[in-house]
Amino acid sequence: MHPILIIVFAPLLAAIVAGLTNKSAPSVFAKGITTGALFLSAALSWPIFLGFLSGSQEATVVPVLQWVQSGTMDFDWALRVDALTAVMLVVINTVSALVHLYSWGYMEEDPDQPRFFAYLSLFTFAMLMLVTADNLVQMFFGWEGVGLASYLLIGFWFKKPSANAAAIKAFVVNRVGDLGFMLGIFGTFLVFGTVSIPEILGAAPAMSGSTIGAFGYRFYTMDILCILLFIGAMGKSAQLGLHTWLPDAMEGPTPVSALIHAATMVTAGVFMVCRLSPMFETAPTALAIVTFIGAATCLFAATVGTTQWDIKRVIAYSTCSQLGYMFFAAGVGAYGVAMFHLFTHAFFKALLFLGAGSVIHAMHHEQDMRYYGGLRKKIPITFWAMLAGTLAITGVGVLGFFGFAGFYSKDAILEAAFARGTEVSNFAFWAGAFAALLTSFYSWRLMFLTFWGKPRWAESEHIQHAVHHGHDDSEHGNPPVQEDAGDDVAHHVPSPDHADGTAGYHPHESPWSMLVPLIVLTVGAIFAGYVFKYPFIDGSTEGVDPNGFWGNSIYFNEGLIHALHDVPLWVKLTATVVMLLGFAIAWMAYIRDTSIPAKAAKQLGPVYDFLFNKWYFDELYNTIFVKPAFWIGRKFWKIIDIGVIDRFGPDGAAWVVMQGSGAAKRFQSGYLYSYALVMLLGIVAAITWVLL
Amino acid sequence: MEGFPILTTMLLVPLIAAIACFFVNAQTARLLALGATLIDLALGIALWLAYDIGGAQWQFTEVADVFAGFEYRLGIDGIALMLIMLSVFLMPICILASWDAISKRVGEYMAAFLIMETLMIGVFAAQDLFLFYIFFEAGLIPMYLIIGIWGGADRIYASFKFFLYTLIGSVLMLVAMLWMVNVAGTSYIPTLMQYDFAPEAQTWLWLAFFASFAVKVPMWPVHTWLPAAHVQAPTAGSVILAGVLLKLGGYGFIRFSLPMFPEASAQFVPLIFVLSVIAVIYTSLVALVQEDMKKLIAYSSVAHMAIVTAALFAFNVQGLEGAMVMMLSHGLVSGALFLCVGVIYDRLHTREISRYGGLAINMPRYALFFLLFTMASIGLPGTSGFIAEFLSLTGTYQVSSTVTLFLTTGIILGAGYMLYLYRRVVFGVQVHEDAAAMTDLNAREWAILAPIAAAVLWMGVYPESFLAPMRADIAALEARLARAAPAGDAHLNAGEPRAEAANALAGEHEGEGEH
Repeated sequence: MHPILIIVFAPLLAAIVAGLTNKSAPSVFAKGITTGALFLSAALSWPIFLGFLSGSQEATVVPVLQWVQSGTMDFDWALRVDALTAVMLVVINTVSALVHLYSWGYMEEDPDQPRFFAYLSLFTFAMLMLVTADNLVQMFFGWEGVGLASYLLIGFWFKKPSANAAAIKAFVVNRVGDLGFMLGIFGTFLVFGTVSIPEILGAAPAMSGSTIGAFGYRFYTMDILCILLFIGAMGKSAQLGLHTWLPDAMEGPTPVSALIHAATMVTAGVFMVCRLSPMFETAPTALAIVTFIGAATCLFAATVGTTQWDIKRVIAYSTCSQLGYMFFAAGVGAYGVAMFHLFTHAFFKALLFLGAGSVIHAMHHEQDMRYYGGLRKKIPITFWAMLAGTLAITGVGVLGFFGFAGFYSKDAILEAAFARGTEVSNFAFWAGAFAALLTSFYSWRLMFLTFWGKPRWAESEHIQHAVHHGHDDSEHGNPPVQEDAGDDVAHHVPSPDHADGTAGYHPHESPWSMLVPLIVLTVGAIFAGYVFKYPFIDGSTEGVDPNGFWGNSIYFNEGLIHALHDVPLWVKLTATVVMLLGFAIAWMAYIRDTSIPAKAAKQLGPVYDFLFNKWYFDELYNTIFVKPAFWIGRKFWKIIDIGVIDRFGPDGAAWVVMQGSGAAKRFQSGYLYSYALVMLLGIVAAITWVLL
Repeated sequence: MEGFPILTTMLLVPLIAAIACFFVNAQTARLLALGATLIDLALGIALWLAYDIGGAQWQFTEVADVFAGFEYRLGIDGIALMLIMLSVFLMPICILASWDAISKRVGEYMAAFLIMETLMIGVFAAQDLFLFYIFFEAGLIPMYLIIGIWGGADRIYASFKFFLYTLIGSVLMLVAMLWMVNVAGTSYIPTLMQYDFAPEAQTWLWLAFFASFAVKVPMWPVHTWLPAAHVQAPTAGSVILAGVLLKLGGYGFIRFSLPMFPEASAQFVPLIFVLSVIAVIYTSLVALVQEDMKKLIAYSSVAHMAIVTAALFAFNVQGLEGAMVMMLSHGLVSGALFLCVGVIYDRLHTREISRYGGLAINMPRYALFFLLFTMASIGLPGTSGFIAEFLSLTGTYQVSSTVTLFLTTGIILGAGYMLYLYRRVVFGVQVHEDAAAMTDLNAREWAILAPIAAAVLWMGVYPESFLAPMRADIAALEARLARAAPAGDAHLNAGEPRAEAANALAGEHEGEGEH
């Protein structure tokens, strides 16, 4: 039996067992079986990945079961294992196993733990089905499966109205993307007569230059197909326009944010573009759009990230922004580089989220950074872990010597965009460079607000609650308000007894089950870039090799990788310079003179409001989609269904009949007999007709 | 099995039990009805197992001359087999669902259901045009009675609406049938399916049949009887209404309109597409604002059945198979959703959404089943709803990408109204004490929901079991339709590979530009 079968189906079995036993067994049963399954999957995934690195592993497809055969459309359940899949396998299973472990501590007081762990494992299964798909429909199965798990986990604390709203929003916004994905699959089947990925990729170059009619217009065939599929990717990966669900998804428990909304699910769109890269390569317009949307998202999300107060929302916008980097890397043709950033990002972003979770845990569910401060000494392991994550995301490193994970992957993305040399890739380069400055700024802002300065805990409602009601008075277990955004916290009652701003509260470092994953991810955030840069970017350690690590699993643009290495020195230094600049601004504003941010916000006025309100996307969508949908629905129902169809249809007919007979009662009780009579007459007529 | 009149037996078992039901007490009537429907289910399974996939098109045929020109002819193909399976599968579930909910005139109620089962099986098994007509029209009489006697407060108006729409359609259909038999000289359906009527005549015949089938489906704008009927019908009535009766319209299209009038069908493709698109968007938006659970699901049924009509008129294998799977899937899923409503209606006696909330706390098992059926309704892959939607829309895309674009918006709107419903009923805090005190599923409710859940997952993961029996019949139908099939809007033109190939570096042709 191929190990991939165990890797994929162990989490499913664990999810089913844990979900069905639910509370009828002690929660340690569900936790043990799901966590055990994930560690098993992770342990089996690494040898496959290392096998591809060393060249000893062959790409293969493991059939599972026939799925659908309808005319010429034919697709099966099957698990594809190649280098691209192997990268995703280690990312998904490693982060998932660590998040399972972390949740032992983080969710300890929650009464619904079996359900939580079952959802986590179910998610992992769906994600694995997505990345092992050999046809577009199975990819869509995984795609929707992770969507379901995401919906369930965002709404895990289902008593909270905000969590429910966020869950529905995530599902419905993703469905807008799915509309594109589904149309893309239909179109692909129409053009190629198959949904098998290898067959499509093989036939795609021959279709370059062909045109097709769709939606009343004519397009280049490959462009329209790739654009439709990319719309799906935009939904899942929260790209500009379809990004609004991701920040709200932070309503879910923090381990969920780390696993689903940072490391794995949201990267599915990037994975899809890379998986279909030979197809996208035949669609220049589509690639330009991918590049543009990626660059625009990367910039947009970074600007919003600079103004948010909620620690998880800052990281959420950061994720959105980093996904933009991955997309424009793919858009310029550097798929290996995009996957490299996906890989390193999984480690350092999961680390940042889990670190944030550890801070939230220590601060009694307070998420507003305005009420943090001075935590460096109180929770040192969390601090050091988050510091490593920050160094990794901001791309700290010295050229030719050593750098943290993001140093290698993000710099390579900027270099690839520069080397590509088209108009849109130049835009991507500059947008990416500016976003890198903002990344550095908001990341350090987060660090400074949280760990430096004096404690500002006293004004936090959560902390006051903890102090006054005792630390053990847990709010876990579906309380009406939990992990709330903090923007509406109105209790500004400085405690008179504690002038130091602590209100007498003592934050505790998290338990070991939470710290071990942090430490493991810290190692990843430090070394993942340095260790794996050659195989991911160049294909091998011995120079640029198109037949190296990636094999046929992605389109490998040898010329671009050579050009990427030959960019001018100033390009290579750009990322480092903007990183230092961002750090300096953050240091000025949040360490040296803490009055600057308020003054700047006041001076910038409308611009600040625009950013703080996330460019008013939510308000816009509410006004033009959500409210009209309800309004139109009501009008259709009351005016057309009742006012027109019924009035002139059955009610009108009844009125006519009643006018004629003047005996409503007799009519109403007699309708059945008249029906039977009409039917009977019909039969008689039929018989007569046939007999004649 | 050879020579054993299994179809007639399946018709007689519920009929005899129905007659017996009139003369026994309530509890005996329940047991009798359950026994009879289970026997029919067992016979149905035997039928499925004995059905020879790839064998003769019409199997288990029975012929008996009644009198001149009029014949009692039964026989099924794969399409009829699947719809008979759906009927016999849902019937015992309906009897169980009515176990405690119906307390007055139980014998008559059970008899009505049993007679309906006979008539439903008859519709799908009939091979004679007039026999079909009798079953088709008579099948609605027990339904009127079920709504009119055991229905809600406004039952008279609802069954009147139902009656009025249906009546007009059936009169026109009957006239068309008489004309056809006269021209073709036979009332044998398999022969008529091969008979080529003159194209001008087809138009009128098609419209006459359309009047009847469009009401049954129901298509927009003749759909308003459905929400009214569902709301007033008892739970089991809604299950059969959504599960089987709505399928009569779809079955009519696939058995009569398409094979008998291919040219006219092609001619009316635009009409069907426009009505289907309107139905999907219109009824989905209306479903969004409903306050009554049953009304919401009724409107969602209209949207789902609109996918069926559009897919049938795509004239290709994926569309036809997708439409069939959609009918089977919708029969299971919407039936299950009505049962889910029934479970809590039995406890609180209201269908008002706002009277519930937070049921995940006191009814976690119920919440799980409801979630599964909600997901199946919005076409989550792995459930039957996805296979249905995916194949149907693949089919329509080959004819019109624009129409498919509009139809596919249903997946967004569907997610919207179903998740909004689920959130208000199952999630949130417990607002009402009586709703919070409701108990979780009992053994009987488990027994009615679990088999449907299993079937929904089976059809989603391994639909081959359901597609295989229909394959040859769909292929034959597609071959018959091929001559009239509408051209797609794709018009794929090959062209020279494009100059600005994406993989070339911008500077490459002019040499190393950057240095």
